[in-house]
Amino acid sequence: MIEFRQVSKRFPDGTLAVEDFSLVIPSRKTTVFVGSSGCGKTTILRMINRMIDRTSGSIEIDGEDIVGLDKVKLRRRIGYVMQNSGLLPHRKVVDNVATVPLLNGVAKKEAHARALELLDTVGLDRSLANRYPSQLSGGQQQRVGVARGLAADPNILLMDEPFGAVDPLVRAELQHELIRLQRELDKTVVFVTHDIDEAFLLGDQVVILQKGGVIVQKGSPTEILTAPANDFVADFIGATKGKRALHIDRRDGRDVVLDSEGRAAGVLVEGSTGTGEEVPT
Amino acid sequence: MNLLIDAFAWIFDPAHLGGPNGIPIRLVQHLTISLAVLVIASVIAIPLGYLIGHTGRGRSLAVSLTGGFRALPTLGLLIIVALWLGIGIEAPIIALVVLAIPPVLAGAYSGFEAIDRRTIDSARAVGMTEGQIVRKVEVPLGLPLLIGGLRSATLQIIATATLADYVGAGGLGRFIFVGLKSNDYSQMLAGSLLVIALALISEGIFALLQKLVVPRGVVANQNADVRTPSSRRVAVVGSPTEERK
Repeated sequence: MIEFRQVSKRFPDGTLAVEDFSLVIPSRKTTVFVGSSGCGKTTILRMINRMIDRTSGSIEIDGEDIVGLDKVKLRRRIGYVMQNSGLLPHRKVVDNVATVPLLNGVAKKEAHARALELLDTVGLDRSLANRYPSQLSGGQQQRVGVARGLAADPNILLMDEPFGAVDPLVRAELQHELIRLQRELDKTVVFVTHDIDEAFLLGDQVVILQKGGVIVQKGSPTEILTAPANDFVADFIGATKGKRALHIDRRDGRDVVLDSEGRAAGVLVEGSTGTGEEVPT
Repeated sequence: MNLLIDAFAWIFDPAHLGGPNGIPIRLVQHLTISLAVLVIASVIAIPLGYLIGHTGRGRSLAVSLTGGFRALPTLGLLIIVALWLGIGIEAPIIALVVLAIPPVLAGAYSGFEAIDRRTIDSARAVGMTEGQIVRKVEVPLGLPLLIGGLRSATLQIIATATLADYVGAGGLGRFIFVGLKSNDYSQMLAGSLLVIALALISEGIFALLQKLVVPRGVVANQNADVRTPSSRRVAVVGSPTEERK
């Protein structure tokens, strides 16, 4: 469990990025921060592994104030995945994945064996282990980034718009991989995005933020969809544009789901399990 | 043309290939001075450049200071230092170190600065200490530019080390100064040719080194960049419609 208590962050140039932010991030769930650029979501994320130090308030991980912890040790027990994968260009994939265990003094052979297993976990072929990051596609690089984030078997995984720079098809694939991983590995995932659809897809808890890290609404995707807290949220999730107001129309003997402007959003299927998480193959 | 032939004849004259004033001795002196200067300048400038590159602090100070250093006429500096320290090898070494520091310093800090900030940010985020970031990320990735700095410093040192003999420190400059005094132009030109040859050899070595130290992953990236355009046939797609018009 990660708990923010009245956390504020003022940067040296005087900008107040986050003001009086309080939130409980439950363990083994995915919490997604979503908001427009400059709302402070990345700042909040980076305060968890102290890449940014809060100005006031307290941040606790499992009841322990992180201010008393050594930054380097703290970061090594928290996985971090960033937008451009952030891999070291001069190291092979396998060494990139093994970065943190090697820093922690795990023997090279053992770290490499574990790294190869992690490549399996994130759905990469082991033959890529000896390539350099620049020889991989953007989607593959992101997978390596996720594998590196998982290498030290952290309880917490921070993800800063990890799928923002890949094309929509690959993004959808990676999102579903993440859902699968989360089901298998049971980590506390904190995810930052500006894409509300991504937030609803991945989040158990979705936190919609406004400038200054102000929480406009938090809750499960269903809660937010059924009861947007105000016009900002309604606008943000697309409810005002009719994107979320769907109705059923019967055509050619099938129930077609349409949005408020009559565009087809899908077909109603009988006996659906309602998980919505399976990738159509 | 005769002068050039005379100069080569002078170089290959067996009388000049040995003895206390022979080419080998002067060559060794020249190389010793150059190498000593390169080592001293590196010891001073590389750690300083790394510090500036890593912290991002003091860059403007370093730029203006080294700019000032660059503007100092080496001959003038050499004479001032020689007047202060006396005749010998110290004065040219100090003067040449002052000449060599700016390119080495620039190579060191620009090598660090050229690295993608996000690479360093992520190295820090996964839990590398500042020392580990320098050793495992910045130094290897900054190496090509550092070698570039050392390369241009070495070229300047070898060329300018001819001045060393002006204060009696020997080196290949001896032939130039002796030739100048005795109107022996073939000897002067022979001295110059030897310095040029030395400079070219050092360029060759550094060019090779610069290729070798580029991290392999970075080379792979460059290859990928080269491949991309050739696989697309942009021109072919548009041309038929143009013809039909």
